[in-house]
Amino acid sequence: MSQQEQAVDIEKVDKYTGDGFVAPEYNNTTVTQKISNIVLRSDTPWGWFLAVAVLLPIVGMLGISITWLVLIGTGIWGLNVPVGWGFAIINFVWWIGIGHAGTLISAILHLMRQDWRNSINRFAEAMTIFAVMCAGMFPLLHVGRPWLAYWLLPLPNTMSLWPQWRSPLVWDVFAVSTYFTVSLIFWYMGMIPDLGTLRDRAKHPIVARIYGIFAMGWRGASSHWARYEKAYLILAGLSTPLVLSVHSIVSLDFAVSLIPGWHTTVFPPYFVAGAIYAGFAMVLTLTIPVRHWFGLQGLITTRHLENMGKVTLATGFIVVYGYAMEAFISWYSASPYEGFMMWNRMTGQYAPVYWALIFCNAVSIQILWWKRARRSPLVLFIVSLIVGVGMWLERFVIVVTSLANDYMPSSWDYYAGTIWDWSLYIGTIGFFLFMMCLFIRFLPMIPMSEMKMIIPKHRNKKDA
Amino acid sequence: MNHGPAQPELRGLVAEFENEEAIVEATQKTVDAGYHHIETYTPYPLDELLDIQHLHKNKVALVILIGGLTGCAVGFFMQWFASVIHYPINVGGRPLNSWPAFIPVMFECTVLFASFAALIGMMVMNKLPRPNHPLFDIERFRYATQDRFFLCIEAEDPYFEKDATRQFLEELNPHEVNEVEA
Repeated sequence: MSQQEQAVDIEKVDKYTGDGFVAPEYNNTTVTQKISNIVLRSDTPWGWFLAVAVLLPIVGMLGISITWLVLIGTGIWGLNVPVGWGFAIINFVWWIGIGHAGTLISAILHLMRQDWRNSINRFAEAMTIFAVMCAGMFPLLHVGRPWLAYWLLPLPNTMSLWPQWRSPLVWDVFAVSTYFTVSLIFWYMGMIPDLGTLRDRAKHPIVARIYGIFAMGWRGASSHWARYEKAYLILAGLSTPLVLSVHSIVSLDFAVSLIPGWHTTVFPPYFVAGAIYAGFAMVLTLTIPVRHWFGLQGLITTRHLENMGKVTLATGFIVVYGYAMEAFISWYSASPYEGFMMWNRMTGQYAPVYWALIFCNAVSIQILWWKRARRSPLVLFIVSLIVGVGMWLERFVIVVTSLANDYMPSSWDYYAGTIWDWSLYIGTIGFFLFMMCLFIRFLPMIPMSEMKMIIPKHRNKKDA
Repeated sequence: MNHGPAQPELRGLVAEFENEEAIVEATQKTVDAGYHHIETYTPYPLDELLDIQHLHKNKVALVILIGGLTGCAVGFFMQWFASVIHYPINVGGRPLNSWPAFIPVMFECTVLFASFAALIGMMVMNKLPRPNHPLFDIERFRYATQDRFFLCIEAEDPYFEKDATRQFLEELNPHEVNEVEA
């Protein structure tokens, strides 16, 4: 019996800079080998251990920050009387926004038959799940008594109390928990065929057994594929309005209130665009080093990066339009409070933050007009980091400037995060990256079955 | 068929093919030869096979629709019951059944229930999870999730006859033909 393993020319694939979405060396056999070997190899690269060693103390810091918060209370944060929504809400909106690109890539691009998304969707969906985990922590901790967080749910209780169904904050509980659950289902379902592949390729019987349990006995029967494809397509169709609803509801937390700068109708689309923008930037931030470390240039090609650069640029412009509209409406409304809010953002105590945000989100991305910049991993990586920071600053400006200087000057105050605010925030970043490390080590980060669907047929002929 | 007492019962014959074109051609010929109880196993979905095996119609969409409608109804009932029946609060004379404000939660419940229906419905209709299967006893079947394509003619097919069917499969130019034991 012929040995089926054939060697991919690693050198060639690692240096692939061509215009395709899959390097020509890849066919059904080699793509399976390449992706599954990252998981099934017995020699874990030392760089992975290094990353885990760096990230674990940060995860520990997250644990300490949460413990101290639970022991002492939200007084350890920088919150004060006009500014009751500080880092917790900024970080919540930032994280959940990052998660949204995962759903966009896997669901919306799937519905639009953009097959190029097949090599980045698994990765982006994993990002969604871990980002939503981080996001979910903040409102729970922000309620002050996290051990009573179950009060948010409609559970029968001795006081016969129910949640306030007419409040966006309760809608948020449903939106975020549904979003997490549906993302998990979508991610898992997309992975079932690949888990089957890992089960069948694993050399160690225990490893094969573990993947086998999660693969649920998948054997690739055509009648199964037919139902699977239909279910997957409809899940994509369900996730698309879901992702829009989630961030719209998040924005309604702001827009339904009467605070100057929050009470605007542009918020839902503006927040959704910002979410996709931040999320695409995060996908770039993560995929660029990972494709470099694992030699995936032949699967996540320059053309993928270029496309992601284009989406970043386009969504960036929607966000810029949102900024322009905020400024225009604050003048056009002729409300002195709205007008002051905008003027205060640009020239007040937080002016440097506002202008830094404009630089990060509106100016820095202009370099992506150039094809050479979009095709350069280094430029894209730097831009994506800047955008990630910029989107955090945007949420800071929205949350803090409106609260710190609202209607009554006598109540104005200055807000800044304390060391505990920062340690919690950085802790979640560490947790997120730590989970990504576990994901790339133990699960196939690129969907093998979907990659095989976009590989040209002739490459699987013997004489090809 | 004449089964000897010591022989294990035969579930079918499975042939392995090396690429997409080969399996599609072989499946077409098998169907043309009159076999109906067949199944193909591929590392990724092949539309041509779904055409040949008439697999495009299934009830997944219906199950998901039922799941979604259930979720929508549950979402509405939960809010309506709490606001109108169980704990009505008069806020400035506003209606208790303020259904427009219930829409977001109803929508989320719709998507949540529909998604569970999609996963569970797909699994149940595919008779999964089924961690083991007679096909897994075939050494080379593990390539079905990697880069090889398998065609199985099941013993329950009226045209199935062990030797004749095996010969038929051999003529399709497969990589290998194996027996599947029940």
